[in-house]
Amino acid sequence: MPINYDDNTYEVIRNQDRCINCRVCERQCANLVHKYSEYYGRMTSDCISCVDCQRCVSLCPTKALKIIKNPNSYRDNANWNEAAIKSVYKQAGSGGVLLSSMGTPEAYPVYWDKILINASQVTNPSIDPLREPMETRIALGKRPQNIVRDGNGNIVNTVKNSLFLNVPIMFSAMSYGSISYNAHKSLAIAAEKLGIFYNTGEGGLHRDFYKYGKNTIVQVASGRFGVFKDFLNAGAAVEIKMGQGAKPGIGGHLPGEKIGEDVSRTRMIPQGVDAISPAPHHDIYSIEDLRQLVYSLKEATNYKKPVIVKIAAVHNVAAIASGVARSGADIIAIDGFRGGTGAAPTRIRDNVGIPIELALASVDQRLREEGIRNEISLVAGGSIRNSADIVKAIALGADAVYIATGALLALGCHLCRSCHLGKCNWGIATQNPDLVKRLNPETGSERLVNLITAWTHEIEEMMGGMGINSIEALKGNRLMLRGVGMTQKELDILGIFHAGE
Amino acid sequence: MKKIYVREEWCLKCRLCEYICAFANSGCGDIVAALKDKPIMPRITVEEEGKISYAVSCRHCDDALCVKGCISGAISRVDGVVTIDKNKCVGCCTCILSCPYGAIAYGADGTATKCELCVQNAGGSPMCVKYCPNRAIVLE
Repeated sequence: MPINYDDNTYEVIRNQDRCINCRVCERQCANLVHKYSEYYGRMTSDCISCVDCQRCVSLCPTKALKIIKNPNSYRDNANWNEAAIKSVYKQAGSGGVLLSSMGTPEAYPVYWDKILINASQVTNPSIDPLREPMETRIALGKRPQNIVRDGNGNIVNTVKNSLFLNVPIMFSAMSYGSISYNAHKSLAIAAEKLGIFYNTGEGGLHRDFYKYGKNTIVQVASGRFGVFKDFLNAGAAVEIKMGQGAKPGIGGHLPGEKIGEDVSRTRMIPQGVDAISPAPHHDIYSIEDLRQLVYSLKEATNYKKPVIVKIAAVHNVAAIASGVARSGADIIAIDGFRGGTGAAPTRIRDNVGIPIELALASVDQRLREEGIRNEISLVAGGSIRNSADIVKAIALGADAVYIATGALLALGCHLCRSCHLGKCNWGIATQNPDLVKRLNPETGSERLVNLITAWTHEIEEMMGGMGINSIEALKGNRLMLRGVGMTQKELDILGIFHAGE
Repeated sequence: MKKIYVREEWCLKCRLCEYICAFANSGCGDIVAALKDKPIMPRITVEEEGKISYAVSCRHCDDALCVKGCISGAISRVDGVVTIDKNKCVGCCTCILSCPYGAIAYGADGTATKCELCVQNAGGSPMCVKYCPNRAIVLE
């Protein structure tokens, strides 16, 4: 047997005093970590394949289990740390590109945590959202430049094709294929109940979900999987995916084993064949080309649906966004580098792109300077973790936010970052029918509705505290923000003052 | 009256319901003390074959064969719940033979036991329903 260079990362600690040998952990672990040993007459664990998904811990009726980081330690080295060493071992063994899932876990600065929100005191009254009306409803899309009146002086409604959201939160793109049928269904039901939108991702729309069309954003990505006339017309908006925050500049790859009968029909590709999305759209090499696709999609949908262009936050995002705003798109979605993914090369995920906070602020600023901010709505995504992040994003200039990791957490995800293995014990990032059924969309959608409802209450409280009674009045209101522990350059890019200023 | 229904499509064959049931009917407040190193006698059991699985417990039939068949009059319907009076049961197992669902078992105390919707025990309402992780067992 060859030497095992890569030891197990996690260790299962079982309190044998509490374990009743019910074998629930064994039945629930798709990685086959737990096993009942007839020889010892008790449960045993093979930790090598444990991914720390916490499914066994969550279901253990006697709370006998604990997963810890393997305390086995390599010799301390701040440069060649354990992760760096293990990566080399892994690649020396496999010869392949390292793959990872979900957003980068690396310790890059989280600017949300360095931004503080204002509140009213004495001179301007704060508002109690439980007693006074608070407007969280917003519209996304082009805004009219001028007020037009008819002969009688009444204002003529010149707003076209807007998306109306009860709260400025949407579920961002996750394809059917990368996530399960039940995960998609949970998102669709929740979006409908909440009056918001979920996004099909690039995998087409399952025929069962056409009925949620008015709460669906359909996505057209470089692979064009599942794109046809009915698909485009099924949703409330069409999104062109140019890039993804977790892996800017590269395409996607859904392994053939995840492409069963249903996914194959939805994606319109053969079963068992890898679904490869090219890095670029092969028909888009300029803003003019993008404009052609935007208008092709508008033509195909009878100019009735807004078109979103989703780009990854990269170094010159402001200039790119300015181009996108001129392409005829109605909404730009910017995805920061901490955004999630079902699978991405580790080095890309951990090293490419820029934080959404800086990207958002610079895009908003650029569009304002160019006088085209009203031409287009801005949606920010890429690790929005809570309601405070949303308030900060809106004050930095976002019209709405996209959340996906947060939504998956609500569905049970424990961020074990093993989506690419296809054995999600929570029934989310898998196509294995035995695992998919672990996510009951009844509970899943309820938990999503709870989450967004809770965040809405918190957003209202924070806005009320600032004396603001609508999202519209908070938008781009950077005076409501102050930075702590940032350099002047960072503050300048974010367009906010330091705390105390 | 509300009854326990199982939804096969959501059953994960984790068998938590069996252990929760055994605990709920143990009369013991500590799940470890109640179940550790003891054979369990759940009143709900997960039947599985291949991909299909679902939990089976007493259906509390409208026209219950066990009530009709009981030779000692120990089984009766109390507020809709088919209930066994342990003091009257003689352990003849006629009910076990007559139950079309196999939902009655011969208990450790020599009498028949079956699901009584947790109305008698510390649970008060069916614990299997409360603790099923995927809403595969519902009371409706």
